Amino acid sequence: MADGNRPDKVAFELVAPERVLASELVDMVVCPGADGDFGVLPEHSLLMSLLRPGVIEVYQGSQVTARIFVAGGFAEVNPQGCTVLAEEAMPVAELDAARARQRLQDAKDELGETKEELDRARCEREIAIAEAMLAASGAAAA
Amino acid sequence: MASLKELRGRIASVKQTQKITSAMKLVAASKLKRAQEQAEAARPFAERMANMLTNLAIGMAGAENAPPLLAGRGQQQVVLMIVATADRGLCGGFNSSIVRGAKRRIAELLAAGKQVKILCVGRKGRDQLRREYGSLIVETMEGVGRTRLTYGEALAIARRVERMFEAGEFDRCEIVYNRFKSAITQILTFHQLIPVEVPAAAEAAGPAEAAAVYEFEPDEESILKELLPRNLAVQIYGALTENAASEQGARMTAMDSATRNAGDMIHRLTLTYNRTRQAQITRELIEIISGAEAL
Repeated sequence: MADGNRPDKVAFELVAPERVLASELVDMVVCPGADGDFGVLPEHSLLMSLLRPGVIEVYQGSQVTARIFVAGGFAEVNPQGCTVLAEEAMPVAELDAARARQRLQDAKDELGETKEELDRARCEREIAIAEAMLAASGAAAA
Repeated sequence: MASLKELRGRIASVKQTQKITSAMKLVAASKLKRAQEQAEAARPFAERMANMLTNLAIGMAGAENAPPLLAGRGQQQVVLMIVATADRGLCGGFNSSIVRGAKRRIAELLAAGKQVKILCVGRKGRDQLRREYGSLIVETMEGVGRTRLTYGEALAIARRVERMFEAGEFDRCEIVYNRFKSAITQILTFHQLIPVEVPAAAEAAGPAEAAAVYEFEPDEESILKELLPRNLAVQIYGALTENAASEQGARMTAMDSATRNAGDMIHRLTLTYNRTRQAQITRELIEIISGAEAL
């Protein structure tokens, strides 16, 4: 089974529509999957997963070197690495609790006003994102 | 022959025009650089998404419950054309080449008995299409990417399109824009957005190859449901960034040749001016000399 050049690192890529946010070799990535968090180590089996709004943790050794908030997205995992497509992403340290709270409020207000199915779904997603932001920023402060 | 004063005026005015065109060229060049970078930065996301989509589509191939955004509705009676042009002119053949291509395509579709709806992104497209196909234009979006095109703007357009699709207002969606090749060459491109075109190579590979080994979480359908609208937005964003780069490229080239033309014109006018001036001096001399001789 050993093919001589077994990867001992995970090629982690975080891509946003407007640019590539991160591309590095790391030891482990923990992603907030739709069905629960999952860790990606080298030689992970092929997996495609939805991500819920939450925090991606990047490990070098046993240290967390980066904590990045994503507002949902997709992860594609193969033995060489892990690619995350996210429409919105930022380091947890840059999260602003006040702004997240404002966003939550706006989304709730809008949800109260709209009737249309698509708009409601969008508002509910906004609320989920804002709540996850709040939780993440709270965790960062604690 | 124009008088000296008139010629002076014309030279001055052409010089002014040249100043403007050369300034516009410089501005376009710097904007082009930025637009090009943006178009390039947008590619990785689009590529990876296309990749994922291909894997998913193979997994879903033949499935009966494939979402309509991917598989279509089994009919293609009403076609929505997204005509992406610029808001501003003075960029050579940029806008008209898009409009010409769009008109040809619309005529083709109409001849085939299809119904066509037009969504204009950019003012120039609407202005030029209005006369012939005014009744087909369902919506116009202006001011997209006025300062800097953002993904959010593309997302808004995608939402609008998606909503129209959900409401059954069309069966197939195409976008027409100029793909950026170089500052001189832009390639008129038609791209089908709905139903999604799966790359032929992937279809050939067959389901056994890729899809069988992927594990999906939660499942193909849920991922597709999320992925397809995003894909739409990404495709539109990609087209608009390419278009923006093309626009600046076309404007730069157009302004470059306008500046050169103005230079030629100034040269010719200066020549005429000097010739006229000399002729006048000669004439005055002759008048003075013959006047003196007559005494």
